[in-house]
Amino acid sequence: MNLIDRYVHRRFLRASRAAEQRVGLAAGIRWALRYVFPDHWSFLLGEIALYSFLVLVGTGIFLTLYYIPSDSQVIYHGSYPLLQGEQMSEAYRSVLDLSLSVPTGLLFRQVHHWAANVFIASIVLHLARIFFTGAYRKPRDLNYFIGLTMLMLAILEGFAGYSLADDLLSGMGLAIAYSVAMSIPFVGGQLASLVWGGPFPGNSSFWPRLEIVHVLLIPAALAVLITLHLAMIMRQHHSQFPGPGRRERNVVGTPLWPAYALRSIGLLFAVAGVLFLLGGLVQINPIWQWGPFHPYLSENGAQPDWYIGWLIGALRLMPNWELVIAGRTVISNPFWGGAAFPLFVFAVMFFWPALERRVTGDVRRHDLLERPRDRPIRTAVGAGFLSWVVIVFAVGSTDRIFYRLGVSYTTQIHVWRVGIWVLPIVVFFVTRSACRSLQRSGSHPLREWQGNVVRRSADGAVEVLSDSPDRVVPPITEPPVGTVPGREFES
Amino acid sequence: MSPDDQSPVTRGAKFLGVLVALRAAARAVGRRGHEPPPPARESDIDPSQRTLPANPRTETLVGVLLLVAAVFAFAFTVIYIVSSGDTQLLGIAMGGALCLLAVACIVAGKFVVPQETHVEERGQLLDEEQTEEVVEMIAEGGQGISRRALLVGAGGVAGVAVVTAAATPLASLGPTLGPLHRTPWAAGVGLVDDQGRLYLASDIHIGTFYTALPEDKDPESFGAGILVVRLPADFIALPAARRDWAPNGILAYSKICPHAGCAISLYRYPTYAPTSQVPAFTCPCHYSTFLPGEGGRLVFGPAGRALPQLPLMIDGDGHLRAAAGFHEDIGPSWWGVHRAQS
Repeated sequence: MNLIDRYVHRRFLRASRAAEQRVGLAAGIRWALRYVFPDHWSFLLGEIALYSFLVLVGTGIFLTLYYIPSDSQVIYHGSYPLLQGEQMSEAYRSVLDLSLSVPTGLLFRQVHHWAANVFIASIVLHLARIFFTGAYRKPRDLNYFIGLTMLMLAILEGFAGYSLADDLLSGMGLAIAYSVAMSIPFVGGQLASLVWGGPFPGNSSFWPRLEIVHVLLIPAALAVLITLHLAMIMRQHHSQFPGPGRRERNVVGTPLWPAYALRSIGLLFAVAGVLFLLGGLVQINPIWQWGPFHPYLSENGAQPDWYIGWLIGALRLMPNWELVIAGRTVISNPFWGGAAFPLFVFAVMFFWPALERRVTGDVRRHDLLERPRDRPIRTAVGAGFLSWVVIVFAVGSTDRIFYRLGVSYTTQIHVWRVGIWVLPIVVFFVTRSACRSLQRSGSHPLREWQGNVVRRSADGAVEVLSDSPDRVVPPITEPPVGTVPGREFES
Repeated sequence: MSPDDQSPVTRGAKFLGVLVALRAAARAVGRRGHEPPPPARESDIDPSQRTLPANPRTETLVGVLLLVAAVFAFAFTVIYIVSSGDTQLLGIAMGGALCLLAVACIVAGKFVVPQETHVEERGQLLDEEQTEEVVEMIAEGGQGISRRALLVGAGGVAGVAVVTAAATPLASLGPTLGPLHRTPWAAGVGLVDDQGRLYLASDIHIGTFYTALPEDKDPESFGAGILVVRLPADFIALPAARRDWAPNGILAYSKICPHAGCAISLYRYPTYAPTSQVPAFTCPCHYSTFLPGEGGRLVFGPAGRALPQLPLMIDGDGHLRAAAGFHEDIGPSWWGVHRAQS
């Protein structure tokens, strides 16, 4: 250490002492600096969601400085020539002005919109990682429920956000949301009337309500749940993939300070940087092209943000069933696709850990992850279920497929009404057999086999049988012990 | 710092370190004795390691990256002032600055600071003794109470009542359900276009659709928008009760799809008779398809009921007017929706 270093060190120590005498956090900080993060690329997905949320909060604060939640009808005289003299709501005009007249306004709005899409995409991918590696098992099941709740809130939040603009596209989305609310058995009419303050498009208090939901209520709920999510992870420590020296009772990886902190801050900047490049260079939701919303207007070929696609697909795929008893509409059609379907999907995900515990009888604590192939049934059920939802999602684009490829819209719907039940079953069997074959070969799906197949006798002597699992006689049915990382874990 | 100040973590780490050193020593001794050494059991492997990259070139690279990031960030401010907000340039400047910071941090994290793999033991989450103690403490809070059931029950009732009371004001958010059954349409209301001009019956031509709004009424009301078309007589097959709803073959329907409330904006009209189908309205949201010639009957898609029809008449000046209001509710179905009598 040279003189300057020693001086800085001494000053830093003195300042730390002064702070410690007042707050006394050293033990906690020492614990945090040595907190170990296991390294695996798939662990970054949750972090990407977290950092997208930070970008959303930052850009969102900027947007609230300009947005006016009002349905008062005004005549447009702004800078966009094609809408001159148009009648529109004050809300829509404020978003137009924010986009076209406020310096950096369009940049922040587009970054915000891109960040919302990335936020929900990374949550969904993170959820897939959690599911297919069995990370939701005890003790992480509670945290898994928090994650699912956040996904539901995030979808609601995204929908509320792009509805605020009150352009033609978002108005159509709100009309559908209103219809889904109305379709809830028995109480739908009252509920929708409460939320909208009357029949669609609602009275003027609807817009401040929607804004406060989007900028305060849901974000605050998300912030609380994110805090809980992270606190619970820190209490339990991260799960980890099996590997040399990695056991159920330990966690192996890079400590927070200094390497992991730098890498994670790097990821924060990378997420923010990519979102700003997208927001600056790739147009998203150009509302001035959609025009203002009026209930008697709609546009053709409308597509929502991607995370609403599964709902529009379900609404389109559903046959025209309505349950009417004695002149009373007990269940009206939008309930099936717009409410029952997403609730069912989330219910399955919420009940899965308990269901798995019931079937396998495994109630132990698990801190080591499982590779998808090692649980062929879980992986196959997950893949089949995912394909079921993805088909419904794809059906949301049937009109675009008709427009681009000329395949009749009605034919597509009729085909998918059958395909939705057939394809997931095919996916189930294909996935299960793929898992089992991978299990036999023991290789990484993308990499060649590496290592030797060995046999250890009771006295510890090691005999090399082969450098390939295929050339071992008799053929190994169980994956060979001690060659594939992670074969040792229980259950 | 005295040994008493050490946290369990530090003590554990020291203990681990001693173990590791002992094991390494034992291994070294063993290696001399027996050949080959027995392979370590996976659970015995200690992956801990710490390396110092000590790479001045990479340090320079990180410094340069940080400075270039600063240039980009500075450029953002300059662009803001000079071009008063060119979105593309601003995006490149801010995105570039953040991406360069990202690269600088990641390079520093991987190649400049000490690289360490650390093993940390997981604590037990469940401490039986402490848990029992806590449960005991909580239970002790109720010692000496004889009417426990009464208190718990009454507390529950009070809780439910207070929560219900707190939620009750939510009802004042919305009005009653009455408005759901109303539209601006009634007998004699004229049909106007979006500029407020009255439609003449002679304005309505075969082969296209017109959007009409109620004269001197709120066009933003959900039921305001209607579809108006004229059909040749051979396409019109209305139910008997509606025979005089379509003067001169002009028909009007609510523009709001009875499935999910979107405005219907697609109209299919035959242009080549032998292969085309009968005229139909299609909603662009979920593609419910209705036949204007047959009283709005649904032929495809998810809507649960027919498109509501508005009876028309032509006044003395040739203007189109509603002959009556809607005979059923417009908009999406719900518990209390009034359906058409058929």
